[in-house]
Amino acid sequence: MTDPKQAAEPPAWDSLLESYRRLPGIADELFDSDGRVRPVWRPFLRDLAALNADELDHALARGSQYLRDAGVFFRQYAAGDSTERDWPLSHLPLLIESGEWQNIATALMQRADVLEAAMADFYGPNRLVADGVVPARLLAANPEWLRPMVGVQPRHGHYLHFLAFDIGRGPDGKWWVLGDRTQAPSGAGFALETRMATSRSFSSLTSNANVMRLAGFFRRFRDTLLGMRDGESSRVAILTPGPLNDTYFEHSYIARYLGLMLVQGADLAVRENRLMVRTVSGLQPVSVVWRRLDAEWTDPLELNESSQLGTPGMIGALRNGSFTMVNALGSGALETRALMAFMPRMSEMLTGQPLAMPNIATWWCGGEAERDYVKAHLDRMTIDSAMSTRLPFDHGPNVVIGGRTVDDTPLDPAWIDEHGPLLAAQEVVSLSTAPALVDGKLQARPMSLRVFVARSGSGWVVMPGGFARIGHSSESADISMQRGGAVSDVWVVSDNTGPVETLLETGGGAARRTRDASLPSTAADNLFWLGRYVERTDFKLRLLRAFHVRLAETGGRDYPLAAALSDHLESLGIEAEDPIFDGILEDMRSALRSAGQVRDRFSTDAWNALVDLTRTTEMFAERVRPGDDASRAFSVLLRKTSGFAGLVHENMYRSTGWRFLGIGRAVERTGAMMTFLRVFTAEDAPDGAMDLAIEVGDSVMTHRRRYAAGTSRDTAIDLLLLDDMNPRSVLHQLIAIDDHASYLPVSVEEVRMTSFQRRVLEMKTALATAAPREINADRLDDLANDAASLTGLLADTYLG
Amino acid sequence: MRYDITLRIEYAYDGLAAAGRHLLRLTPATLPDRQRVIAADLTVTPTPFERSFAYDFFDNRCVSISYEGAVEETAFLMKARVDRAPLEPLFDVSPRLGRLAGELETMFSVAADSPHHFRGQSPRVPPSAEVSEWAARIAAESPSTLDAVRTICSALHREMAFDPEATAVDTPLEEAFRARHGVCQDFTHITICALRSVGVPAGYVSGFLRTIPPKGSARLEGADAMHAWVRAWCGLEMGWIEFDPTNDMMAGEDHVTVAVGRDYFDVAPVKGALRTAGSQETTQSVDMVAVST
Repeated sequence: MTDPKQAAEPPAWDSLLESYRRLPGIADELFDSDGRVRPVWRPFLRDLAALNADELDHALARGSQYLRDAGVFFRQYAAGDSTERDWPLSHLPLLIESGEWQNIATALMQRADVLEAAMADFYGPNRLVADGVVPARLLAANPEWLRPMVGVQPRHGHYLHFLAFDIGRGPDGKWWVLGDRTQAPSGAGFALETRMATSRSFSSLTSNANVMRLAGFFRRFRDTLLGMRDGESSRVAILTPGPLNDTYFEHSYIARYLGLMLVQGADLAVRENRLMVRTVSGLQPVSVVWRRLDAEWTDPLELNESSQLGTPGMIGALRNGSFTMVNALGSGALETRALMAFMPRMSEMLTGQPLAMPNIATWWCGGEAERDYVKAHLDRMTIDSAMSTRLPFDHGPNVVIGGRTVDDTPLDPAWIDEHGPLLAAQEVVSLSTAPALVDGKLQARPMSLRVFVARSGSGWVVMPGGFARIGHSSESADISMQRGGAVSDVWVVSDNTGPVETLLETGGGAARRTRDASLPSTAADNLFWLGRYVERTDFKLRLLRAFHVRLAETGGRDYPLAAALSDHLESLGIEAEDPIFDGILEDMRSALRSAGQVRDRFSTDAWNALVDLTRTTEMFAERVRPGDDASRAFSVLLRKTSGFAGLVHENMYRSTGWRFLGIGRAVERTGAMMTFLRVFTAEDAPDGAMDLAIEVGDSVMTHRRRYAAGTSRDTAIDLLLLDDMNPRSVLHQLIAIDDHASYLPVSVEEVRMTSFQRRVLEMKTALATAAPREINADRLDDLANDAASLTGLLADTYLG
Repeated sequence: MRYDITLRIEYAYDGLAAAGRHLLRLTPATLPDRQRVIAADLTVTPTPFERSFAYDFFDNRCVSISYEGAVEETAFLMKARVDRAPLEPLFDVSPRLGRLAGELETMFSVAADSPHHFRGQSPRVPPSAEVSEWAARIAAESPSTLDAVRTICSALHREMAFDPEATAVDTPLEEAFRARHGVCQDFTHITICALRSVGVPAGYVSGFLRTIPPKGSARLEGADAMHAWVRAWCGLEMGWIEFDPTNDMMAGEDHVTVAVGRDYFDVAPVKGALRTAGSQETTQSVDMVAVST
């Protein structure tokens, strides 16, 4: 006999599910408790099953390709080392029905209210302690309870603006909170990227799956941030610890996506108790900071003295109410594991309501009764640091699981008595399983959800989606990304979707052009040096190519021109031959380092071009031989540097940042060309030096066309120094710098012209009016000195 | 006793130091029934661009200053006239060590004076197995908390040598303990660590020590610079008691308090180093003279 319900199930996805094994006593996202595929999954499974193996491969590849192209990475820490890793996408989305999602959202908004009230109490009247709801000892020992912040009221009345919750589904099918992320939650930007990638894979499916969009959530939070400014002219900044942080990519991505300024602690300064940002137009006020930096590091004066990431005086500025910190400093206190033991009573006491979604059962071992309970139930407990802010399945070094220590010996219960107040016990979690795609089939893997909640003008809003962490085996403990777990998109599927939302304003009124946000001085500095390093690489490549072309043609090195070229290269810090690539690789890596600091300011394509240039060079370094082989390799690399220049020139908005990039390039080219001309147009320059100069200046054809006679010192000087129509001439660079500089901000003291501009104009005028014959060796020396002074003048004027 | 106190701290930089910001805890506190500031003045040279005043979490007087441009040297001159009451006779009504935890559990407060702040680890006082073992041995026989505090202070004073050359301001306490050498800051941190390990809440006091002793008494160690000693919580009845382990005595009429905190981190006299490429040199002098009333 066949169960009629079973018979009614379309068999289309049978083969997809043939290796899907649910675990006994554990809930599953794909199947309900009766063992039937949940309705929300059916259309998606049907579509998925309809793809043949090739189509599926292509779909998955499109998602991965998107992430690679977008340059999405996170930083993974190993002992004493960290590396950039690709974002670990689990291609299959997790589907949740919108009614169920609404219940989750409602419960988490209530929890957000409880946490906000707890913050106000911890940093205010301390009623929770006075009434014995939260032990005084626990709060006093919490390293994230920041004493300098006690009594400091947030400027707009709220301590918390942006939260994340990690939740999981228990065996009874109900959702549990695993962790509260209240300090500086990460992942919202990754959620967005994960959504983009998954859409690339399953775009044809998405459209009929009624998936709720994410953009509205971000738009509303941006409005919240902008709404807390002191008027239109003040700024919102995103504070990042910098490129070495594991989620720096996300910081730059969010800054770009929301159009907000990305700053590091050193970009900020406090003047007269007000927070300011150092920009190329001087100090400008900042009234809202969305920090992605843990509180401890924000102010070395009152918090961690060794912090290089913060801004001295920041807490003073907060005390003075001069800006809004999102979230308030000290909000990390709410992430402490042991505090979860008290959340149910805190909720009752603060809001008069029980928690709508319970958190994982927790006991703080500071009390005798709790210790006794934990000792009696060791087999179903995880015991770890009371102050841990990690997720339940992300263990510390001294964790005890099910009564066994890390070296798998049974725990002596006296240990719990001895270290009581430092320990918290939590019930061992069994997470629900969700499908992951493995070799074209679905397999059941443990999963948890990260849900984002933000404050808007009308209360909390919940991102309709987020991301799910999917374990790489069936063990719950393997869910952490640092341990190789994967991340999948979360689709909240409604019966009907709203209109497609994006961040761009649609309809109604003329398009409003947002003003060019002030450029922080360090960003300007990095863009300037990026321009210089790329150009430096380019120039050296030309010199190297010239050397190796001659080597290939003559087979010898011991004639004057080759020696002169080799000497010149050495003076620039590189070997002409062995090793061929080390010197330029150093410049390329410097360029990448500078670029890495300003990833929010230029395009993904340009970044990828730089990465490609470096990787190709590293590859060449392994196998390219001197001579013809090398000269062809240098030509390949030169095409790549031109590609980068083209992307910057053709595609980048003419912002102040672009101008610093351009100035860097022109300043470098000026200096390099001057130095080169001094050597190769000198009286004792070897035979063929003029031809070489024309070649390095990429002007062979122009020269042939313009001068009937052969190369002479005069024609070389004319073409490479004085000819404003030649894009490689020095005069051309000075004209470009002068043009860029005219767009840069001018301070009040230098109303007419900055000292940098004055020097550029002097040089430009001198060259524009000179004849080749007048440019003797002394003039060249003077000009080279002037060129060398440009960087210092620029820094004094704009980067101080 | 009435004192005139003069404190001079000077920083000289090798080269110009970039714009900086300091937090200063240099002025004596007024403490009910114990210590009264009659007059106090703090002069900072060169004159700071900004200067403001506030009380910190532990109710210490805290002056905040900042410079806009670069400076070659900074000098702080603090002058104060202070009345210090003599010690009241002390009767030991403190509980046995084993009962202290129970008394603490009846205190539902995280106000500045609550002993709960002074129980666990703090920035400069991490837990130390060596110090804990030592303290457990020393205090094993103590009949009361107060006796345990006294015994630990005396034992440390006996075993450890005062030596201004042995340690620096950032020497970890365990290192100083191992060498049994150090200055008042090391004595104080080690004692705090030892007391917390046996369950006694303990904190750090910074202040001044009388320079020239009364006739017939020996000159005390640590009078040439700012001094440090320990406060220990000895139960609900006795509350906070202050001991000076460097001189093996209770802190009394010869001790004038500037600031209290969990450890040096909370009370550091000058916070916020200026950024400079070269080295810097610090000099400090203290003069605390009894004046007739």
